[in-house]
Order: sequence, then C-alpha cells, then structure tokens
Amino acid sequence: MVSKDQKRWRIVAHIVMILLSALALLPFLLLIIASFTDETAALLNGYSYFPEKWSVEAYGYILENSGTFFRAYGVTLIVTVVGTIVSVVLTALTGYVLSKRNLPGVKVMNFIVIFTMLFNGGLIPTYVSYTNTFHIKDTLFALIIPNLLMNAFMIVLVRNYFEHSIPKEIYESARIDGANELYIFIKLVLPLSVPILATVALMAGIAYWNDWQNSLYYISDKNLYSIQAVLNSINEGVAAIASLGNSSAGMAADLPTETIRMAIAVVGILPILLVYPFFQKYFAKGLMAGAVKG
Amino acid sequence: MRTQSKGKVKKKMNWKHWFPFYLMFLPGFIYLLVNNYIPLYGLQLAFKKFSYRKGITGSEWIGFKNFKFLFATDDAFVMVRNTILYNVIWILIGIVLGVSVAILFNEIINKTAKKFYQTAILLPYLMSMVVVAYLVYAFFSPNTGLVNNWIVKGLMGKEDGIMWYMESKYWPFILTFVQQWKQIGFGMLLYLSSLVGIDTSYYEAARLDGASKWQQIRTITLPLLKPTIIVLMIMNIGQIFRSDFGLFYQVPMNQGALLGVTQTIDTDVYRAGLVNNNLGMSAAASFVQSVVGFIFIVAANTVVRKMDDDSTLF
Repeated sequence: MVSKDQKRWRIVAHIVMILLSALALLPFLLLIIASFTDETAALLNGYSYFPEKWSVEAYGYILENSGTFFRAYGVTLIVTVVGTIVSVVLTALTGYVLSKRNLPGVKVMNFIVIFTMLFNGGLIPTYVSYTNTFHIKDTLFALIIPNLLMNAFMIVLVRNYFEHSIPKEIYESARIDGANELYIFIKLVLPLSVPILATVALMAGIAYWNDWQNSLYYISDKNLYSIQAVLNSINEGVAAIASLGNSSAGMAADLPTETIRMAIAVVGILPILLVYPFFQKYFAKGLMAGAVKG
Repeated sequence: MRTQSKGKVKKKMNWKHWFPFYLMFLPGFIYLLVNNYIPLYGLQLAFKKFSYRKGITGSEWIGFKNFKFLFATDDAFVMVRNTILYNVIWILIGIVLGVSVAILFNEIINKTAKKFYQTAILLPYLMSMVVVAYLVYAFFSPNTGLVNNWIVKGLMGKEDGIMWYMESKYWPFILTFVQQWKQIGFGMLLYLSSLVGIDTSYYEAARLDGASKWQQIRTITLPLLKPTIIVLMIMNIGQIFRSDFGLFYQVPMNQGALLGVTQTIDTDVYRAGLVNNNLGMSAAASFVQSVVGFIFIVAANTVVRKMDDDSTLF
C-alpha cells in the first residue's frame, strides 16, 4: 500500500537523482565530445555538445606521438600495478597483526599507526627527507613510495575486518592442528578476506592512477612522466605538447591543441570509466570505510 | 574475562608464538618510519636557515625569523582566511546537500535505478584534480569554453566573453560548485549508511498515525541522523586547517590573478617552498599547519569521544 504522499516523494526523488546524475555525467560528455571536435570548429564556436564538425584528428595526433603517450601510460601502469600490490600486502599484514589484541605491545603498535592520522610533518619536511636523505628524485620510487603506499585508514579498516568478520573457530582449529601463523594467515585468513582486500586494492589502484602530486614534487625527468603528469604539464602551459613530441616549432603552431588536450584527458580517464561501473560496490564500501574514520 | 586471563597466560608463556607477528608488522613499520616519522625530524627546518648542502642537521639555527617573515606579509592572513572560510562554508553546505540527497535516495525502491544514480553521482569523486581542471576548463576557457560561447555570448548576448581565469570574484563560487560536485556522492554515502540503519517500524507506526512523509523526516529521520551529522561535522572541523591542494592549485590553473581567493596554506607551502625556493618561510607555514592541525584534530576527537565512542579516530 503506497500512499499518494509517498508516491509524490518518490517522484521528486527520481527527478532530483536524474538531475544530479546528469550534472555528474555531463561534464565528462563534454570532454569526450570536445575531443572529437574539429579544431577549427572548436576555436570558432568553442566546445559544444553539438559540434558543427566532428574529427578524430586529436586521437590521430596521440597515435602519431604514440611513443610519448605509450611511455606515460606505461609509467602509470607500472606504478599502479606495483604500488597496488605492495599496498595490499603491507596493509593486510599490518592490519592482521593489529587485529591480535593479545599480542604484547599491540597497543603501542596501534598508536604508531594511528598517530600518523593525527600529525604529519607536512610537505616541506617530507620533501626534504625524501630528496635529501633517501634521494628518490627522478626515480620510479618517487611515484610509488611517498604517501600512497599505505595509510592508517585502510589499516584500521582491514584490522576491524580481521577482528570481527573472520570466525574465531578458524584460528582455534588451525592452532590445534599445529599450523604456524604465517600459514594460517596466507592459507586460511586471506581467502576469507577477498572482499576487503579487493576494496583496499581498488582504493590504492585509483589513488596511484590519479596521482600527479608525487610527479609534481619529485619528477622533472620527462621520461618518468605518468599520464597525469603529462596532463598536468600541459596544464602548466609549458607548451608541453610541443616539447613532448619531437615536432618542430613550426608544426606546433598548427597543432590542434585545444582538442588534443581533451583527447589526452579522455585517454587518461578511460580505464577508470571502463572499470569503475563494475566495481562500484567495492568503491562505495571502501569510501564508506574511510569515511567513518575521518 | 576468561579470554583475557587466557591471553595473559599466553603472553608470558609463548614468545615463540608471537614472534611471527612482529616480523609481519616490520614492513609496515619501516614504511611508516620512512614516510611519516623520519620527516618529523625535518620540522626543525622552520627554525633554521636551510641549505641543501649542509642538510637538515648542519643548517644554521635562526630562531623565529622564518615565522616573523611569514607573518609580516599579508599572505599569511589571506591563506589562513581562505583555508578556514572555505572549510566552514563547505562543511555546512556539505551537510545540507549530503543529508537531503541521502534522504531522497533512500526513498527510491527500484534497485537498478538506485545503482545507476549512485554510480553516476559518485563518478566525479574518483577523478583526479588534474582531470577536474580539464573539465572546468572546458566550461570556463575564455575562447573555447562552453559558458562564454553558449551563455555569456549566446544567451546573454554580450559581445565579449568573461576572462574567467583573470577575475577572482567568480572563483569562490566556482570552487564551491566544483568541490560540492566532486564530493556530493561521497557525502550521500556517508549519511546513507546511517539512514539504512534506522528501524523501519518507526516509519510504519508513524504512517498508521497518518503522518505525512515530511513529518516523518522531521520527527524521525532527522533526529535519528543528528548524532551522525554532529560527529561528521566535528571530525571535519578537526581538518579545518587543511585544504585540498589539488582543488586550489589545479582547478584555477595556478593563475596568479586568482591567488587572493585561491591561496590556501597548502598551496602557499608548495609555492613558497618548492617553486620560489623560500624553504624557510614555507617550513614555518607548514609547521604552523601541522601543529594547529594536530590540536584541532585531537580536540575534535575528544569532543566526539564524549558523544559517541565508536566514531573516534583513536
């Protein structure tokens, strides 16, 4: 039995949600359409949802300079894959240990982790430490290690999962069988933790894919530019397109820059657009978990 | 009680049993050491005249000089004002929008529709700020942007477009819109998790009494949501000294003309320290941010602990 009042609310809800969905998606649609717009049409009439002339020239340019873009894509891919794997391993191990509430010293260990949420040295001390002590400038490490590898929120999330969602009997029976702790962790606990680890992996993966700050701080070698760094350097207006490709200055003059920008951005977000809808559930879960704590 | 005493016996008896756990903690510990704890040593840079050649330890102490320079300029006032003001306004707007959207979303029964809406509304949250800057540029670029060509020149009939990236008066609104646009899906999720937990029998009883939907929201939903709202608000206030570097740096395209309304503590620290090579002043600003930020977070956490023990950070 649905009352009239309730029905009305439901209709309003749908209308608002449709509007919000449109608001969320339309900018991406403009970006995509802009990337398929003819450069002259774009310069004349601006980006539009209904361009006068369509063109794939911008993507042609990307293919022509594929060396540069494949390289940037490769850097992003390596960093994302390696970073995500290490991140999941570190987070799972640390979270698992902290879930052992009887472990002598576990309170101190918890504090060591939690304190990083409350206080951080800030950009300058971190930067000086990484460049002056660890010398990671212009190495792949600079894209993987600073800030992204592990964070306290995810550790707490994983710790709570190990503590509350894995049946105690599993530990008990394994111990009676005389299994060692590493075996219990890898063979018994991890298989039961796939959902939470998938969440951690997705959050880490997206953080690595999207990262441009580590590039901004630590990378000046163009060979180590990730796709986000390329996007950023174009944004910085350093005529990155011209300097990225090996085209001469004369050629740079009639490059379809305005639409190329958009095409590169599309290429940069494509993997997220393709993967995200299928893993939406895990994303939502990971975000909520991070949200409750912070 | 029993498990605890059992644990104590275990603790004393079985170091061999616990040893693998310390080994498993080691990699994470080393990472935190490198990424979070060793940098703390560099906090002293705020009181030093840093030279890369001499390193952190070797650089010369200069007392509070860096802070004097920092607070002698207008920049310090502007960046602190911007950081706090934007945070306060966004916290308030975020609560209103997040709660409203979550309540409306919760009214929808159709699972497919729900999934679609949530997927769409959450998408901006997953984009990097660099990409967001491109999206904003597609709308506000003076020559090719949709807003100038379609609205300003088209609908409003003006001859010249607005130089969006040169005029700071528009940016508080643009930044607010972008921030909420990116954040709203996340805000909805936050409140949704509490909404879903509300016992449906409350609503059934209210309906039997003939309460309208609006009355139900006012007398059941909002009061039950209040603790969550307050906790989240206080936790956000704890972060009031921090700002989203990407939002303030990327989205206005790092334009000097806009600094009056786009400079926050984080962008200033970056610009002073890593662009203008004024590491001393930057370290001082960074130091103030860390310390004041820490005080705010601990205070917020203490308040929250008094209200709801489960929501605290520590």
